Amino acid sequence: MLWETVLLALREIRRNVMRSSLTVLGIVIGVAAVITMVTLGGGATAQVTSDIAKMGTNLLQVRPGQLHRGPGGTRSTANMFKVDDAEAIAREISGVAAVAPVASEMLQAIYGNANWSTTVTGSTNGFLQVRNWTLDSGRQFSEGELRAGKTVCILGSTVRKELFGAQDPLGTTVRLRNISFKVIGVLISKGQSSFGTDQDDFVLIPLRTLQRRIAGNIDVSRIYISAQDGISTNKVQEDIERLMRERRRISLGKDDDFHVRDMEELVSTLTGTTRVLTALLGAVAAVSLIVGGIGIMNIMLVSVTERTREIGTRLAIGALERDVLMQFLVEAVVLSSFGGLFGILLGLASAAAGARFLAVPFVLNIGIVVIAFLFSAAVGVVFGYFPARQAARLDPIEALRHE
Amino acid sequence: MNTTGSKGIGKHPLIEMLGVTKVYGTGQAAMHALRGINLRIDQGEFVAVMGPSGSGKSTCMNILGCLDTPTAGAYLFEGISVGKLSRGQRALLRRHYLGFVFQGYNLLNRTSALENVELPLIYRAIPAGRRRSRALEAMEAVGLKGWETHTPSELSGGQQQRVAIARAMVTAPMVLLADEPTGNLDSVRSKEIMDLLTTFNQKQGITIVMVTHDPEIAVYAKRTIRFLDGVIDSEEQNGGVG
Ligand SMILES: Nc1ncnc2c1ncn2[C@@H]1O[C@H](COP(=O)(O)OP(=O)(O)O)[C@@H](O)[C@H]1O
Ligand SMILES: [Mg+2]
Repeated sequence: MLWETVLLALREIRRNVMRSSLTVLGIVIGVAAVITMVTLGGGATAQVTSDIAKMGTNLLQVRPGQLHRGPGGTRSTANMFKVDDAEAIAREISGVAAVAPVASEMLQAIYGNANWSTTVTGSTNGFLQVRNWTLDSGRQFSEGELRAGKTVCILGSTVRKELFGAQDPLGTTVRLRNISFKVIGVLISKGQSSFGTDQDDFVLIPLRTLQRRIAGNIDVSRIYISAQDGISTNKVQEDIERLMRERRRISLGKDDDFHVRDMEELVSTLTGTTRVLTALLGAVAAVSLIVGGIGIMNIMLVSVTERTREIGTRLAIGALERDVLMQFLVEAVVLSSFGGLFGILLGLASAAAGARFLAVPFVLNIGIVVIAFLFSAAVGVVFGYFPARQAARLDPIEALRHE
Repeated sequence: MNTTGSKGIGKHPLIEMLGVTKVYGTGQAAMHALRGINLRIDQGEFVAVMGPSGSGKSTCMNILGCLDTPTAGAYLFEGISVGKLSRGQRALLRRHYLGFVFQGYNLLNRTSALENVELPLIYRAIPAGRRRSRALEAMEAVGLKGWETHTPSELSGGQQQRVAIARAMVTAPMVLLADEPTGNLDSVRSKEIMDLLTTFNQKQGITIVMVTHDPEIAVYAKRTIRFLDGVIDSEEQNGGVG
């Protein structure tokens, strides 16, 4: 009997394909919106997570100045670090895998006719280790180059592309502030970070070279530390804070004039943010589903009026209220489920296109597909019930007399 | 018992109306459609109902068909007081015991003739295969073999009338109620339909109550009841044509 009713509903829908499609348009759009939003949101979350994993989740960063939450970041009125500080951390703190003192400048890099404005980072081989950089070709700095402050450099893939195009840069020289640097290595590309910055846009040179030949000081503006696997970054962070307070002679009760940032904290903040955003967008899309449901109710009410004589005939022939109720309810549910199916297909297609456009991965979320389908069917039940009851309660004689 | 038209011993009283009145509206606007009908119809009877327009024939048929209930008085179907039944119980009575041929056919549009005929069987939960074969039989019985896939709009008035009759007959109901079943037919078609009804009545013992304006049609029935202003004016026995 239920199967009969479903067939009947399908036939009724097929009879008026145009109207049926317009009726479910709201549901189609609602479901498509939900699927698109949630899928893209999922993709963005996955992107952020994998970016940060690339950066190294066991990464700590020590910077001078106090940490100001929110945009604006840090105010570095405080004293810069020195190389000694990094060495002390490497020497005195347990559970540290690598330490990289860093100083940087924005400079013009020139090769032949090509020039490119980029960040020149002065550091050690430790930088490659803590930030998970891999060499595409060439080699790291030698001990001698680091100690003597030689003019050698390792290129990020963007700089290599901008200056050299398809040419092999190894062995050539790049000019940074009128000093020639020999290219000894090129890094593998990491691409855009989730924050929209190009991670590959930098040139790495020995820290000492940057301090002496470019910056003209012995400052270190930040220190990266990676903790060993299985070591709590919290513990390492506390140890570093204690050590730095000691080294910078900060008396008890006074605030730190430096801060340590934990990347894991950043990950959870960021994924939390994208998740909230996804939920919000999903909620907005769900509202459009409700609107779609009202569309269905509207058309079903029209349909009940149009088919009053049919309903009267069915009741007179022996249909129970329950039969008529079921007939119209099933029709609404079949309609809205169709809308759900089309919405899912449309949503997945537009999510795939959007993912390509936004360069985030396409992460299929089966859960939301199932939920969207069930939700659209439920919309049919909820919004189909009122018209169906209207139909079932018709008086057979009145209905038969209806013109 | 104070009933009319008793056909004697051995017959089973299928339908009894005891002082049935029907009033539409209230107060000043009250319309007395039936003013105290006493009627008894036995199993296997073929009854014609005549009377001028507005005399209450259709109102009486609606009550007989359990579509409507009396304002006062009692309508007993197989001894059961229909007025005391719920809406759903009356629907079940219609489903299992009654067949209707409506004045305006009331076929489902955009639905094939065969599916129209199958409709009452669907509500009787007859499996699809048996339903189809019974509907095909009924179509053949009313002379519509070959017209199964046509929708009502593709059929002539007479053919639609016959689909309506096939739909009423397909369940082999205990009682067939027909409101002017030949109202829109020419005399040749009318005769065919009446022969068909007579056959159903005689071969299958189906009780038939039929409204008509045409005395030539009424003679097919064995008894004629005349309505006037909401009461039964007169009653006569016919020889019956068949
Ligand atoms: N639903 C209704 N509301 C008000 N008056 C009605 C209704 N149905 C029938 N009537 C009135 O009751 C009377 C009997 O009608 P009806 O039984 O249809 O007569 P017939 O079928 O003999 O022509 C008529 O005067 C008609 O106007
Ligand atoms: Mg009438």
